[in-house]
Amino acid sequence: MTEILSFSNVSFSYTPDSPEHRKAVQNVSFSINEGEWIAIVGHNGSGKSTMVKLVSGLLFPQEGEVRVMRNILTEENLWEARSNIGMVFQNPDNQFVGATVQDDVAFALENSGVPYKDMVERVHSSLEQVKMDKFLNHEPHHLSGGQKQRVAIAGALAMRPKLLILDEATSMLDPQGRDEVLKTVRALREEIGLTVLSITHDVEEAIFADRVLFMNDGKKYAEGTPSEIFALGDKLVEFGLELPFAMRMTKLFQENGVLLAGQHMSEEELVNDLWTSNFNK
Amino acid sequence: MMEKMIFGRYIPGDSFVHRLDPRSKLVFVFAFILVVFLANNIITYALLLAFTLLVILMSRIRVYFLINGLKPVMILLVFTFLIHILFTREGDILFELGFLKVYEEGLRQGIFISIRFLVLVLMTSILTLTTSPISITDGIEVLLNPLKKMKMPVHELALMMSIALRFIPTLMDETDKIMKAQMARGSDLSAGPLKERIKAVVPLLVPLFVSAFKRAEDLATAMEVRGYRGGEGRTRYRQLKWDWRDTTSLVVLAVMTVLLVFYRN
Repeated sequence: MTEILSFSNVSFSYTPDSPEHRKAVQNVSFSINEGEWIAIVGHNGSGKSTMVKLVSGLLFPQEGEVRVMRNILTEENLWEARSNIGMVFQNPDNQFVGATVQDDVAFALENSGVPYKDMVERVHSSLEQVKMDKFLNHEPHHLSGGQKQRVAIAGALAMRPKLLILDEATSMLDPQGRDEVLKTVRALREEIGLTVLSITHDVEEAIFADRVLFMNDGKKYAEGTPSEIFALGDKLVEFGLELPFAMRMTKLFQENGVLLAGQHMSEEELVNDLWTSNFNK
Repeated sequence: MMEKMIFGRYIPGDSFVHRLDPRSKLVFVFAFILVVFLANNIITYALLLAFTLLVILMSRIRVYFLINGLKPVMILLVFTFLIHILFTREGDILFELGFLKVYEEGLRQGIFISIRFLVLVLMTSILTLTTSPISITDGIEVLLNPLKKMKMPVHELALMMSIALRFIPTLMDETDKIMKAQMARGSDLSAGPLKERIKAVVPLLVPLFVSAFKRAEDLATAMEVRGYRGGEGRTRYRQLKWDWRDTTSLVVLAVMTVLLVFYRN
């Protein structure tokens, strides 16, 4: 397995001169291998966004190392690292650079000097991958939030990145738009085995991840599979996160004396369990 | 008001004029603006007017729409016409009305200047009506390219222009939202004396500016992460194609110029 990204003992403070302030990121280590989907969850101010900035080279750590494709991220190899990373940000409007859908997808390609013929092909194929190929000439204000985010994903894909970062990419969308985007990302993982790092405070999004990093106050509080993390239950609630809907339901069922086999992250599992546990009696 | 204005509006279509390369259209219009000043008698002005009408027909823009949209300009047109009629004192007196004397030369001048003005406005309107803002930006960027040697930031200017254009609808939406939010808090933007109304605009502008700056910052981050490092080594996704139409239209303009020079006094 190839390592795509790793943090080793990374610390960062916005105010390095006054050590009495808490560091935004404190001694965080983790790594992402090719094909994985990692979710970083945490409440506001837990250091999630700072970590994104450290990955994309907008900030550099004061301690520790950030490695992208096994190379330590420095000012010198910054642009090369960025060409390996595709990012989708929170606000769908504020990352749409082009005048039309196809111009926007082509933006990163233009920046790295891809020849015209290649560009056309890559724009079309990446828009097909996110199923936005019918909107080539649409202007951003005629698109929904979910569609804009899919265009942003296409813009990232056109660069054939090793890693796709979703920085709260679904938090400004309506439920429908959110499903659209998450479905697209899941489909992409199945099709091309894309490596995904999603930063979110929406726990429903984290359910689909292979591993979840739970951040609190700039420190890595826990790391594990979604079921391991959600098993922390009340701890999550204490740190300002909500449990997935199905888990909250399960809990309420159990409190009211309904026998259930265990924790359930998705509604489907819960429903199946409700069927079978009542059937056996 | 905004719906009727046709300045800077773009009407999609696929007429001969629509399909011209933005470069040739820009060159054409600028050359035309200069050529207009060659006209100085009835034949040449008639030529100009006929030529403009031909271009309008070829652009397949509805004449009614064009005239309706240019109403605000018409006021200016009538004003210039009147000024010329009233203040030029040459030639025979056509008629007198109290202290007002209308001279023959004044009438001639008034009509000529009005035609000149009308022709200029129509031509430039056709340019913006048949060319999308982004194509105009592309055209300007390519045409100004030689200025890069003089250290003019041509690419940056063009990018700034295209981003500004792209954000107009976004900021319009935002203004609308803020307006509704302020109205919900009891601010009245549509009534009261002028002074009050100007005051009411301030709580509209401040949040708009704040959010525009926030957007700009986000956009800069997004652009940087997507590998934007200025114009150097960049390729272009929008390709401009010069074909027979463009050459033809410039040749036609050249013929026009020759005719004007030939027929002018």
